[in-house]
Amino acid sequence: MPAEPAITVADVSHRYGDRVAVDRLSFEVSAGEIFVFLGPNGSGKTTLFRLLSTLIPLQSGDVTILGHDLRRAVADVRMLLGVVFQAPSLDKKLTVSENLAHQGRLYGLSTPALRNRSKAMLDALGLADRSADRVEELSGGMRRRVELAKGMLHRPKLLLLDEPSTGLDPGARADLWQYLQQLRTEGVTIVLTTHLLEEADRADRIAIMHQGQLAALDTPSALQASVGGDSITIRTDSPDVLATRIGEQFDCVATVVDGAVRLEQPNGHQWISRLVEAFPDDIQAVTLGKPTLEDVFVARTGHRYWNGES
Amino acid sequence: MTIAASQPISALPVVLTLAQRELVRFFRQRNRVIGALVQPIMFWVLFSVGLRDNGQLGPAFFFPGTIAMILLFTAIFATISIIEDRREGFLQSVLVAPAPRWAMVLGKIVGGAVIAMLQALLFLVLGCLTMSLASSAAELVLAGILMAVISVALTSLGFVIAWRMESTQGFHAIMSVFLFPMWLLSGALFPDEAGSWLTLLTRFNPLTYGVAGLRHYLRFEDSTVLVDALPGLPVCWLVTLGFTAVTFVLAWRIAGTRTTGDLL
Repeated sequence: MPAEPAITVADVSHRYGDRVAVDRLSFEVSAGEIFVFLGPNGSGKTTLFRLLSTLIPLQSGDVTILGHDLRRAVADVRMLLGVVFQAPSLDKKLTVSENLAHQGRLYGLSTPALRNRSKAMLDALGLADRSADRVEELSGGMRRRVELAKGMLHRPKLLLLDEPSTGLDPGARADLWQYLQQLRTEGVTIVLTTHLLEEADRADRIAIMHQGQLAALDTPSALQASVGGDSITIRTDSPDVLATRIGEQFDCVATVVDGAVRLEQPNGHQWISRLVEAFPDDIQAVTLGKPTLEDVFVARTGHRYWNGES
Repeated sequence: MTIAASQPISALPVVLTLAQRELVRFFRQRNRVIGALVQPIMFWVLFSVGLRDNGQLGPAFFFPGTIAMILLFTAIFATISIIEDRREGFLQSVLVAPAPRWAMVLGKIVGGAVIAMLQALLFLVLGCLTMSLASSAAELVLAGILMAVISVALTSLGFVIAWRMESTQGFHAIMSVFLFPMWLLSGALFPDEAGSWLTLLTRFNPLTYGVAGLRHYLRFEDSTVLVDALPGLPVCWLVTLGFTAVTFVLAWRIAGTRTTGDLL
């Protein structure tokens, strides 16, 4: 990873009235990496996104993006940023090409440059045959691709995406990630926010956010390794009952996640035999795995991930 | 690592592209186009038929005021689309673009003003064809230019009002307590009367000078309208241009502020 940071955030806070949304954050994003802000709703990641995208002004602290100060050189920063918002930003009454054309003009593209870039983006994202269609006629996944085409039209060096997979089916999500990986090989730094744990797994580094602060910042594997132990998932007909019984019998913490019983313990393989012997009739299937990012979130914040709103 | 951004963005393509977008959107929404065509024709029919034998105040008196009304309502409705732009998310991508903010504002305003002008010109043409308009060609051209200036002023005013609004419902309240009275008190509906407090009140309304200017230019053979009492043409131009400058600068300034609507 190159040493020069693409983004430097130093002691940044942001308040909406009395509510502190971002609380004295400091971190760096390296050039050329895929960096994910992971956190439940209300964790401050969207506020951070709005600050970095220049949508809202910086209240306190300093941000440098690709060497430009966010306060003093906002026009330079905007030129180098590609922004894909969570809420759609396309004009539905216009065609795909028309949307791209307006975007190009807002970023100062000349007519020939605009033509070339539009074509390149439409081809890259598999939209070439839909360019004359109005956006209102496109599916959600298609629209998302147009948003990406729009964000990348002016060849930004840094792409910011807010919850990019919202509303995408798994196939479209896989396509999105394939495209993001491809962009990274072209030298684009990618920063995205997500509340989806399985999505964060694909990043180079993850910043876990909780109540406006960084709960953790590392590579996915390092984060998972930091929790220690293995994660054991048990499929059963009555997970609540089994979780309680396991807890009582082995004096450990067993939780119910998505209808399955889960526990984290070192030497998971030994636990499996013990569990199966203790509850032979209740267990349908057992899976042994490494800790998930959810486990990391719980370990670092002391809160359940999905109840993490505050 | 400092990556140099390319040279600053020229404003004209930004203005043109955003103005063009307003027009394209307008023509793609059939009900808006139909409304825009029907309104001037309806007014023209009401004028030429309904007001023909209306004693001393004939169609000639109401003609310039109706143009002002068409400009007012169309321009202002065109700016309501800023609320839509915000709600539909289009605005957020404009706000993070490097183009100069004043160019974005001007593009939006020019687009709205052109739509208003199209409607008002249609009404003017119908009037020229069927009513006994005695204006010279030069006067008609000047009237057209004055209409364009008024529509920019009114669209800018609409922009200022709409910028901080999160719903179009709120706009209707403003419409009835502020914009409609503004038109009523512009000399469009009541002729000047010496010593009347109503007439005095109209003198504080910048739109009065636009309507008066149009009255000077749009003369009728059977005119019963006394233009002598109206503000003179230089004053009309001066006030209207000043009104336009003030509302545009306000629109530009207000567009630099953030609203909670950006955070939807």
